[in-house]
Amino acid sequence: MTNKVTKAGSISRRRLLTTASAGAALAVSPFRINLLKAEEAAIKIGFPVPLTGPYGAEAQDQVRAGQLAVAQFNDAGGLNGRKAELIVRDDRLNPGEAATRTLELVEKEKVNFVVGSLSAAVQLAINNVTKERGVIFNSISQSDAINEAADFSKHTFHEALNPHMTSGAVGRYAFAKFGKRVAFLTADYAYGHEMVRGFLEVGKEFNVENLGDIRHPLGTTDFSTLLPRLQALKPDILCISNFGRDQQIALKQATDFGIKKSIQIIAPLLSHASRVAAGPQAFEGVVGGCSFYWGIEDKFASTKAFNDAFRKTYDGKLPTDYGALGYGGVRTVLEAVKGAGSVETDKVVAALEALKYDDYKGPQYYRKCDHQSVQSVLVIKSKSKDLRNESDVFEVLSTEEPNEKNLRTCEALGHKS
Amino acid sequence: MAGLSFDLIALQLFAGLALGAIYVLFAIGLSLIFGMLTVVNFAHGAFYMVGAYVGLYLISIGGNFWICLVAVPIAIGLFGLAVERVLIRPLYGRGIDYPLLLTFGLSYVMVECVRIAFGKTGYPFDTPEVLQGAVDIGVGYFPLYRLFVIGATAVVLLALWLFLEKTSFGLIIRAGARDPQIVRVLGVDVSKMWLIVFGIGTAIAGFAGLLAAPLQGAIPEMGGTILAEAFVVTVVGGMGSIGGAVLAGLLVGVVVSMTSLFAPEMAKVSIFALMAIVLIVRPQGFFGRAGLMS
Repeated sequence: MTNKVTKAGSISRRRLLTTASAGAALAVSPFRINLLKAEEAAIKIGFPVPLTGPYGAEAQDQVRAGQLAVAQFNDAGGLNGRKAELIVRDDRLNPGEAATRTLELVEKEKVNFVVGSLSAAVQLAINNVTKERGVIFNSISQSDAINEAADFSKHTFHEALNPHMTSGAVGRYAFAKFGKRVAFLTADYAYGHEMVRGFLEVGKEFNVENLGDIRHPLGTTDFSTLLPRLQALKPDILCISNFGRDQQIALKQATDFGIKKSIQIIAPLLSHASRVAAGPQAFEGVVGGCSFYWGIEDKFASTKAFNDAFRKTYDGKLPTDYGALGYGGVRTVLEAVKGAGSVETDKVVAALEALKYDDYKGPQYYRKCDHQSVQSVLVIKSKSKDLRNESDVFEVLSTEEPNEKNLRTCEALGHKS
Repeated sequence: MAGLSFDLIALQLFAGLALGAIYVLFAIGLSLIFGMLTVVNFAHGAFYMVGAYVGLYLISIGGNFWICLVAVPIAIGLFGLAVERVLIRPLYGRGIDYPLLLTFGLSYVMVECVRIAFGKTGYPFDTPEVLQGAVDIGVGYFPLYRLFVIGATAVVLLALWLFLEKTSFGLIIRAGARDPQIVRVLGVDVSKMWLIVFGIGTAIAGFAGLLAAPLQGAIPEMGGTILAEAFVVTVVGGMGSIGGAVLAGLLVGVVVSMTSLFAPEMAKVSIFALMAIVLIVRPQGFFGRAGLMS
């Protein structure tokens, strides 16, 4: 345990220190101008993610896998020898901070593309900036709003699942199996609201009874005052729609309160990093959704290839769900750059729209009207027994294949076509 | 939402008391230090956080939770002694804002050091095996560990009370808090006394951090939230009053819990609303002595 504790800490610290000191050295170097000139040819991808705060564990995975996608692109020769570079910024899970960092990335760093974010709310702030500046933004975090005409622009792409798809898949599985009386514990911001809306929508098909929705602020550390009420509602299903540390703490405390004895807990998204961080007990038996699980490598060659490359780069570690999104988000943009033979925004947009790709989880493509990646949704269950390795944490219960039927229609989103 | 039953309200009340226990434990250290030294210890949250991390570290090298219960307060207390001796002592007699700013800065240094040593993401902290699970307390199931926290808080309070009220050293401390000048004239080394009080205060903070860790894990920022809430507790209870901190801590816990029952989204605000009301009605808090801040 000690080794694990200090080792994990020191790896990220070392990386942080090298990045920081390299940056500082560059800033004070008299050769700065020359260096910048020499680097001008690099394809720059800005990567704002919440490295500090309750979603830090997931964000670190996004960075690792994003860097892998860049390294692979460069090893394969880049764009006719032109290399790519990932410029990571900490948005601290704060929309204002994210907007500032993104503006800096666009104005100062002159990035060609922006990929990143991990919050339904923060990504909209990033999108506002990139939209205005005409820079391509590929979001790797869940949001329904980003698909809608009001927030969408032709420069906006969405590699992650959206809450409608996720809650739809989990709801269809859970409501048929565990019962109709449902209570909600929800993080009080866009992500939670969109998930609950999705659950209630799919719940109509199953005549689900909504017993109540208790909301908590983002970054809550104590749920003990909310849990007795939820227990007293006597639901069949308790649906906990939060993320990161909130999810870890909520599930741990719900377990402590003995909620699992009589109630099935479901979550729209079960975060791999959170499950690893919280340990098997808190998550045991919880059913939820995800966009990626390394275990589907038996099914898809692309997953196997991604896992192997990730293992090789990161001392045998396996990628997580949000790591895979970091990889996919960066990789599709670079693929489009290669396809377009240029970093020119319009050409890359056209190339992304035309892309049919299978990079890490089976076939995907960006829907024309809202640039939402049409892809599979996995329904998974956290397990605590017979773990083959430290990443062996989930069991895939069912898979919803990629299908535009599971997305809201283009008309419903306010798009013309 | 379903109707309210007696059991639910009773259970909710109990959850509030359990939550209040952590507030109490945190706030008495803060109050003790302020009451005796008139130092507003802004690093109290950082000591609390370091307590959780020291526990995490001890367990990772083969210790267990029970050893931590003893070792963590000692370790954090010793650390507190060093901080008082080296950093805070030179600032006595310079006005209340000097140690306040110092401890404020110190808290940033401590949080950053922990981030460097253990990483930014934090670690889970397993509930000790014998305290896992929920027990039936008559009105419903309640986590065993939270009952343990209430018990541990009571033990610490009792020990502190006995120490302050029943020992001769406690007598000197109380006298020193009332009039350091006279106590000094009587030949008592006041600075040694303050050193020990600061050590005890930080030791309790470390202990509280250790107790909180199995509830929510350990992260570098865990001291920040509770510090804000604990200041409310000390203000409501009366700055520097230990009895006030106990009463106010439990009250804040119950207020949060009861607000959660009827309007969960108001729970966070309710703490500050309570403070506002108390300040309007009784500006010095429940048991506060007027003029301590001046």
